[in-house]
Amino acid sequence: MRSIPAGRVIRFALLSLGALMILAPYIFMVSTAGKTQSDIFTSSLSLIPEHFYFAENFAKALNKVPMATLLWNGVLVCGLIFFFQVLVAIPCAYAMAKLRFRAARLMMVLVMLGLLVPIHATALPLYVAFDRMSLLNSYTSLVAPFTISVFAIFMFLQFFRAMPDDLIHAARLDGMSELGIVARVIVPNAWPAVTAFAIFSVVAHWNDLYWPLIVVSKQAYATPPLGLMYFRAAEAGDDYGALMAATLIITLPLVAAFLLAQKRFVEGITMTGLKG
Amino acid sequence: MSSVALVGNVPSAAALHRRSEDRTAWLLAAPAIVLLLLFVLLPVVAVIFLGFTDFELGYGKFRLVGFENYAHLLSDRTFRKSLWNTTVYTAIVAPVSIGLGLGVALLIESEPRARGFFRTVYFLPVASLIVAMATVWQYLFHPTIGPINALLSLAGIPGPNWLGASNTVLYSLSIIGVWQSVGFNMVLFLAGLTAIPRELYAAAHVDGARSALDRFFLVTWPMLGPTTLFVVTISITNAVKVFETVKMLTDGGPNKASEVLLFTIYQEGFVYLRVGYASAMTVVFLAILVVLMFLQYRVLDRRVHYT
Repeated sequence: MRSIPAGRVIRFALLSLGALMILAPYIFMVSTAGKTQSDIFTSSLSLIPEHFYFAENFAKALNKVPMATLLWNGVLVCGLIFFFQVLVAIPCAYAMAKLRFRAARLMMVLVMLGLLVPIHATALPLYVAFDRMSLLNSYTSLVAPFTISVFAIFMFLQFFRAMPDDLIHAARLDGMSELGIVARVIVPNAWPAVTAFAIFSVVAHWNDLYWPLIVVSKQAYATPPLGLMYFRAAEAGDDYGALMAATLIITLPLVAAFLLAQKRFVEGITMTGLKG
Repeated sequence: MSSVALVGNVPSAAALHRRSEDRTAWLLAAPAIVLLLLFVLLPVVAVIFLGFTDFELGYGKFRLVGFENYAHLLSDRTFRKSLWNTTVYTAIVAPVSIGLGLGVALLIESEPRARGFFRTVYFLPVASLIVAMATVWQYLFHPTIGPINALLSLAGIPGPNWLGASNTVLYSLSIIGVWQSVGFNMVLFLAGLTAIPRELYAAAHVDGARSALDRFFLVTWPMLGPTTLFVVTISITNAVKVFETVKMLTDGGPNKASEVLLFTIYQEGFVYLRVGYASAMTVVFLAILVVLMFLQYRVLDRRVHYT
């Protein structure tokens, strides 16, 4: 079917209008981050700041929030979580997919059950336990509950099942141990699944507010969402310029990563099929 | 499953091999099993147990109270309000974001120009820190200096106090929720659309489905069945789990008009430290997730078969 030009114009207009609405918050974020207080109060609709105040607002944001600590905490926590998730999930998924494993069915049931249970459901007992062990306000409490990812197991399982058995047989004939096979045959071949999962995992945990809010009360261990919350609470007033500057700094890393590797991002999110 | 078929014909050796393979499998899966027990199964059992106690953090002792917590939940006005608000929020955000997501996906699919650009733009909110974007929305929604009300006043409409009034706050949060999830649903629908074989459209055309609408209902919609079911379940689950925007922007207010399930649980359990009572709420939350999952399987079994 060849579409008539009018239809195409309408479609294009609709898409552009929607895109504008999606982009509006970003546009106002950047514009407001460059405005003075008085600018913000008098001319909220003009997008170009009257006096360029970017430097001052950014300085204020960087002064009031230990931005480097926040970003470092975010990177460290997300990195550790991802590392352990992959370390734990890949051998398990391999055993379930490629080995004669009598408990494989039981494991499958556990994984399916696990898929149903979000951190919000397990947070209370975990909080009590971490409190008893005096582990609140630590990287351990931020990372530990997420070291097991049933998503990861589920995803790698699907991926490994599609892998040819010959590859593994050949490695076995070469005298490789099962652990060696996982490390030197399976992992290198599972790279697409690993990157897809990496994106899913990092997006989920970089954005998570619920769990950090529960176990962390000191700024030294705050992750980016938590830090931004503290900053907003401390600012209290309507200093939207500085607030938008802080928002911009904190949003930028992930958005930049997304823009650089959007194909992988979209794949990762659709492959894992879940966002939070 | 078929991996041991080649291993020799001496039965005892095969059995021996099988046993060693089973042992290796246990070893490889052991860390995952231990962690799964420690961080998922045990806590779930604990939360169900705690729901039957009056445990409060800071007090050493607690006692079993049977169904007292659940009886209390039934008459708890905050909890009922919170359930209702979560339902309203979900009833708005899920259908609207699914509808818009499908609409955008169809438009992008039929519009060859700037496809990549549009996909990137609509997907951007998914990759953005929602807590950060929530503060931007707070500015946009600001009753006096916010751009939205400034725009409305240009048109002569007095703008509402979006996040500050109890009759609009839930809708304002819903707008943010829709904004955030349209792109996610769009991407899932796009994946579903590209999987539809082109020949089906040609066949439908031959069969007399001339208009785009006819083709949509004859081919696209039925073929998208599995995708749609998936998107529906995920959208509902995610909407039920709304927390970040509420915590960030309204703290459940004003007047509990934006109390939602997870926020109420958070407040009870981690602010007032009434762990027993909050556990009972958590069990209700889990039950909702289980029912949603169950419904998905039922529908999947009955309707969405195209193989």
